[in-house]
Amino acid sequence: MSRPANPEKFSNPCIQWIDERLPIFTMLIKEYRVFPMPKNANYLWSFGGIAMTMLILMIVTGVFMAMNYDPNTHGAFESVERTMRDVNYGWLLRYAHMNGASFFFIAVYIHVFRGLYYGSYKTPRELLWIIGVIILLLMMATAFMGYALPWSQMSGWGTTVITSLFGAFPLVGDGLVTWLWGGFAVDNPTLNRFFALHFLLPFVILGVVFVHVWALHQTGSNNPTGVEPKTPKDTVPFHPYFSTKDSFALVVFLTLFLAMIFFAPLALTEADHFKQFDPMQTPDHIVPEWYFLPFYAILRSFTLDISIPFTNIILLPAKLQGVVAMFGSIILLMFLPWIDASPVKSARYRPIYRVMVFLLVIAMFALGYAGSQKPEGLPVRIGQLGTAYYFAHWIILWFISRNGFMGVIPKEQTLPVPASISDDPCCKH
Amino acid sequence: MKRLLCVFAVALLVTSGAVYAAKPAPKAPAKPAATATTMPSKGEKSAESTANPPPPAKPAPEGNCPAATEETAIPKIVNWPDRGVFGHYDMASVQRGFQVYREVCSNCHSLKFLSYRDLQQLGYTPDQVKAVAASVTVQDGPNDEGQMFDRPGRPSDHFKSPFPNEKAARAANNGALPPDMSLLVKAREGGEDYIYAILNGYEQAPSCVSMFPGMNWNKYFPPHQIAMPKPLNDGQVSFSDNSPNDLSHEAANVAQFLAWASEPHMEQRKEMGIKVLLFMFVFIGIMAAAKCKIWEDVR
Repeated sequence: MSRPANPEKFSNPCIQWIDERLPIFTMLIKEYRVFPMPKNANYLWSFGGIAMTMLILMIVTGVFMAMNYDPNTHGAFESVERTMRDVNYGWLLRYAHMNGASFFFIAVYIHVFRGLYYGSYKTPRELLWIIGVIILLLMMATAFMGYALPWSQMSGWGTTVITSLFGAFPLVGDGLVTWLWGGFAVDNPTLNRFFALHFLLPFVILGVVFVHVWALHQTGSNNPTGVEPKTPKDTVPFHPYFSTKDSFALVVFLTLFLAMIFFAPLALTEADHFKQFDPMQTPDHIVPEWYFLPFYAILRSFTLDISIPFTNIILLPAKLQGVVAMFGSIILLMFLPWIDASPVKSARYRPIYRVMVFLLVIAMFALGYAGSQKPEGLPVRIGQLGTAYYFAHWIILWFISRNGFMGVIPKEQTLPVPASISDDPCCKH
Repeated sequence: MKRLLCVFAVALLVTSGAVYAAKPAPKAPAKPAATATTMPSKGEKSAESTANPPPPAKPAPEGNCPAATEETAIPKIVNWPDRGVFGHYDMASVQRGFQVYREVCSNCHSLKFLSYRDLQQLGYTPDQVKAVAASVTVQDGPNDEGQMFDRPGRPSDHFKSPFPNEKAARAANNGALPPDMSLLVKAREGGEDYIYAILNGYEQAPSCVSMFPGMNWNKYFPPHQIAMPKPLNDGQVSFSDNSPNDLSHEAANVAQFLAWASEPHMEQRKEMGIKVLLFMFVFIGIMAAAKCKIWEDVR
């Protein structure tokens, strides 16, 4: 990877004057014009930029939503409804913010899939990957708290269900839940702190995204072969090549997003989200937003308390197992660079891993389905199967990328990797 | 070859945009008379699509009484004009539905997120809206003497609720709370179909069911026993435009009104959406062309 030194002087004296004192233009040229991108990066590489755009869109719409919002249990539901009806284009703001969360998660999930499939978490990008998982966790926390703010039936009861999970931890559980709620039920203090945090966290995410991009620009982007660029022949400058390619992808993505806002803004929303929260009336089916469903299904897949045999002493209640598994399923991703020891990055050259990644995607969809259904009968079994595969995946990955396991799990025989990006026979133009 | 593909892609996108634009955009109906829809409005031809009330329920089996628990799916009978990409409200029907709300529903159900001025969207003149608002008395104040006083309603007032608070509403309704109607269509699975079904779903309770005191049998209400007595009957509301006023038409009109009440900006949204998407299709075409051109020489 070659990085040109500082470019020539700027012809515009104003720019030159600023740049000598604060080299912002030199930085922009280095990071966004000459920055070398592997020329074979496909459209899956556009989703980082798309996710970034969605984050900014969410912050902008969110700030304007907050200007019209009343963080109080008596006024929250009404203030959101008044924003929709009485604020100029308030309906557009709200629908953009509501559906923006979904499209942000779509972009980020595709971005994570790209990283998994092409081994973008491997050396030298381990830290880049870990920072990414932190962003994902922050996003989930932010989305969860944002969902509480309209103070609808789904807001209130979703908040109750998820915050109550912390009660599963032994000894400290009940105290922890009271501390989170700021009282003995989900009430005004809960709403106030959720609002404050929902406003704060996006800016934290923005900061961590900056660090994520910083780390990316240190190592450079991965590419579908997983072979690092070796000569300048392997790369093209970011601008104009990837600036146009990413812009094209972004415009297509935004078109889908806008079609959703204008023509099906409620397609992903439950009817109970338009009833004001009533702590005395539980809806018969509490479901989180679609992007949490796989993790919700993991939570509910644990149905058996583990006790000391022949006694009533419960060692590990099912609820605690579920909570640990749910949080663990994401925390686990941070260790992926060390779980997977294969020297080959891209799944293209890893016949077993390639199948496993697609199985993981299928498992996630199955979990998503299971999470959307009532926890009884077949969906529970589907969820348990999905959960079993989700965790087995990392164990199998550990062994296939090393020496196999006692003849049960084979050692993966990887295919020959091209010597350089330009030698990649599959992608010669 | 690659170049050809690029040109083809651009051409496809631009034509799809053009075809999309060529479709007739829905006009926001300012005058109720200008709308023609499939609603059970005044025309005879539209009546057949909707006038049939839902088919009668199966006779309740005797014995262990499964009728008491089994759920009846909400039927989709009316072809609602506001559904779909180009759908818009039938404002004549919304007006009739408002009349049903005003004469019947508003005795128990509030509509608190709407203001009287919103009625101008239905095609009423400012004077008509003023008259509707002035027909209620609202409490205002305190005045300079510190006293609350009554005054006629103004267009800027929110719809007056029938009860001062939840307790009063429950006390007057056998302990049940009539829900606010401003969001009813969005807050119920099935939306307008649900409203229509409930209004048409009152029946004699199956003989095997023991009814709770004051409750009524409705085959589409999930637990079947509903606190609201049958609110609408054939011919109960006489529409000023002499359109049919049997129960199914009254129900369809009020469901259309409530759909408008829960999403009054739908027409503005769809109209704007068509322009935005048209712009985006052209934008996609331009970006595709730019990308193709720039990447032409990358090997």
